[in-house]
Amino acid sequence: MGRYVIKRLIQGVITVWFIATATFWAMHQVPGDPLSNEKAVTPEIRANLEARYGLDQPPLTQYGIYLKNLLRGDFGISFTQQNREVNDIIREHFPVSATLGILAILFAASGGVLWGALTALYRNRLPDVIIMFLVILFISVPSFVIAALTQLLLVKTNDVLGFSILPVAGWGTFTHMIAPALVLGLGTMAYLTRLMRSSMLEVVNTDYVRTAKAKGLPAARIFTKHQLRNAVLPVITVLGPAIAAITTGGFVVELIFAIPGLGRYFVEAVQQLDYTVIMGTTVFYGAFLVFMVIVVDLVYGFIDPRVRVS
Amino acid sequence: MSNPDSGTAARHPQVARSGGDFNRQAGLRLLAYAAAGIAALVALMALLSGFGGGSGTAKAIDYERNSITLALRQEPPQMDSTKLTDQVSGMINGHVSEGLLRYDENNQLAPGVAERWEVTETNATFWLREDARWSDGSPITAHDFIFAWRKVLEPANASEYAFFLYPIKNGEAINNGTMAPETLGARALDDRTIEIEFENPIAYFEKLAAYSTYAPIKESFYESTNGRYGADADTMLYSGPFMITRWVHGASMIMERNPHYWNPERISLDRINFAYITSDTNATLNLFKADSIAYTALSTDNLPDALNQRFDMDRFMDGSVFYIGFNYRDGRATQNWHLRRALQLVNDPSELINKVIKIPGYLPGESLFPVWLKGVDGFFRQEYPAPVADRNIAEARREIALAKEQLGVTELPPLMLLSGEDPLSSRMAEYYQELFRRTLGLDVRLDKQIFKQRLAKMTAGDYDMVMAGWGPDFDDPLTFGDLMSSWNLNNRGRYNNPELDRWVRLAQSSLDQQVRMDAFGEIQRILYEDIVVLYQYERGQIYVTNPALKGMVRRAVGPDPDFSNARIVRTDTAG
Repeated sequence: MGRYVIKRLIQGVITVWFIATATFWAMHQVPGDPLSNEKAVTPEIRANLEARYGLDQPPLTQYGIYLKNLLRGDFGISFTQQNREVNDIIREHFPVSATLGILAILFAASGGVLWGALTALYRNRLPDVIIMFLVILFISVPSFVIAALTQLLLVKTNDVLGFSILPVAGWGTFTHMIAPALVLGLGTMAYLTRLMRSSMLEVVNTDYVRTAKAKGLPAARIFTKHQLRNAVLPVITVLGPAIAAITTGGFVVELIFAIPGLGRYFVEAVQQLDYTVIMGTTVFYGAFLVFMVIVVDLVYGFIDPRVRVS
Repeated sequence: MSNPDSGTAARHPQVARSGGDFNRQAGLRLLAYAAAGIAALVALMALLSGFGGGSGTAKAIDYERNSITLALRQEPPQMDSTKLTDQVSGMINGHVSEGLLRYDENNQLAPGVAERWEVTETNATFWLREDARWSDGSPITAHDFIFAWRKVLEPANASEYAFFLYPIKNGEAINNGTMAPETLGARALDDRTIEIEFENPIAYFEKLAAYSTYAPIKESFYESTNGRYGADADTMLYSGPFMITRWVHGASMIMERNPHYWNPERISLDRINFAYITSDTNATLNLFKADSIAYTALSTDNLPDALNQRFDMDRFMDGSVFYIGFNYRDGRATQNWHLRRALQLVNDPSELINKVIKIPGYLPGESLFPVWLKGVDGFFRQEYPAPVADRNIAEARREIALAKEQLGVTELPPLMLLSGEDPLSSRMAEYYQELFRRTLGLDVRLDKQIFKQRLAKMTAGDYDMVMAGWGPDFDDPLTFGDLMSSWNLNNRGRYNNPELDRWVRLAQSSLDQQVRMDAFGEIQRILYEDIVVLYQYERGQIYVTNPALKGMVRRAVGPDPDFSNARIVRTDTAG
């Protein structure tokens, strides 16, 4: 087990190095000039700026310096926020995205399993039809539409009630998190519901469920111990990438609900060609994703002894 | 996974029957799970709510605390006055920092840290007031200004707006690294007197002195921040009416009254709470409707919504001018005067505003000099009316024929129109494409690019026409007037006209306002007669404010909007 973990971690480090290298070269190929601004600067001022960011060096030297700093965990200073270190940006804003992401994924996972199990139990009856209709709806409608509609709904509800049940936007208190977390998790929840439903239906007809029934076990026990536990496996598999996708993909939700998450910085950095922030966030997210996949593989082993690796 | 509905349950009634009681029990168990899950979720959310934050649940107007709540369009990227270039940072800076001079509520120059000043052809002297204090209580001295100015010009500091200090003797040489910072032609004669020697005579130095790049910085404090000056609320000292007391990056910023500000009578508010940061105008309108913020700008998209709400709206010109620039490099058809004349004869800025932009408050473009610029006594554009071409399609077609003849072609080559990729720019670019095709039979190809790539293409000259704009840096027609001079780096189309250059040089060097304004009048005439650009519009803004918020100042040059003179007037008693 220990050796397996070490092997996976080494693979992970190589993957992250590959991500860093690919991003570095791809980023330098993107047309546009990171130092350009609305107002043109004199060649001398430009030279000062290039020297400050090391852009006066040939790309290979820049790459070398970059890797050396990366090993020390130093991502450099931002191009757009010139007195802020990329490390500070990640440290201050990732917890916000992560909080939102964790809530969204908890909501998505618990909701997905619940609704998925329900639809399987009520297959082809009214609850199933209604839930599956909503599932299709939430998978197809993009999150920015749902986010905007939710916000509008909050304005109207608060207006009708005469007091604020949930804030329209912003961040800071518990109540600020509910609406954006629901919106962010909705798509994943719909997807997981569908996954859980088909998985449940498959499990219903397996030999071990039939055996359990033949043994005369109580139905509830069969449901929780035999069906649910087996059916939830495919859901766990997609959970790792889904966690990474949700914590990194909240850009639109962060924008609409005015949340200070890292997703917003990431997208804005790409638009602004803020080299250091692009590199920092990509490598950070890359490492995060690789780590989550490893964790999920290990968790998988605990839930299903058959896939446990020796 | 096979089709989930192909299971056997439906075909075996006994399974379905056993599913009946199975459902109830299992459903209850499931419900219990869900309840436990929700409880865990709530507990976790309560636990995590410590992270980040700052929005709170403040009302737009807080009468008890004498405080207003607002939203910022973006996180201020830069509060270090030596490097500040963007509008949002400039707005915040205008509240928390005060230089030698400032703009008052009537947009006139007013004394700031300097109580009086004297500007001659070669020198300027500023006398600082005795009671000007930093937010830590220490006096603001002449040395604080000299330190900041040398810092701006220091090559290693890489300040983009260093050129603002080039009028000071040796400023440019210091920034190029050829002279030492100590040689700067600005000296502190004593703690309260600054003497400045000019590189060349300059007619608008007072206006520059009010700009954020000229703000003071206290040396000992700056050094104590280890290169993080202005990165956080506690790595700055404040010289303005307000100070930043809390800054959660990307989330919120709170400004409170600076107790050491020398002129407390001018401030009424105790607190300005920027509780939200988002560029989504629909979100800010929602916040405004929910009475969470006291002011928001509107966009084409949410204007109808705001109209339905019957909000009181105001409009204001933000000072920027937009136009189509031509590429004058060799080999470009746009070098041809007749082609440009044809385009001028079909261009109708009013049609663009009414049919495409559809935001009241925009003005049709007639000149590179916007309407708000001051002339000799009144407004420049009233003293020097801009010549305007009326639409004349027949005449335009004759010009096209002449252009073809001169260029020696039977068919004009396709013209590349470079533009931004936001919805409004896209619509405008498509409007011009259709207009030039329909009226002149021209083949216009659109090239929509993101901001940085558009700049790169403009600088490289990879276009025929480009939709561009210009906003003022200081309150003098020169900020627009030198834009098309051959040496201006922002003249990205490389327009080169010795006659225009001559007038620009005269406007730069003369101290006689009549002579300077005449020169700008001539520049305006050349821009029209040589069709240097096609005018589009002067940008307006529609915005809504809470009726209880009074005294907010809008301006084209300097911090905008300015809340430093704003006050809360109770409206609930009246209604």
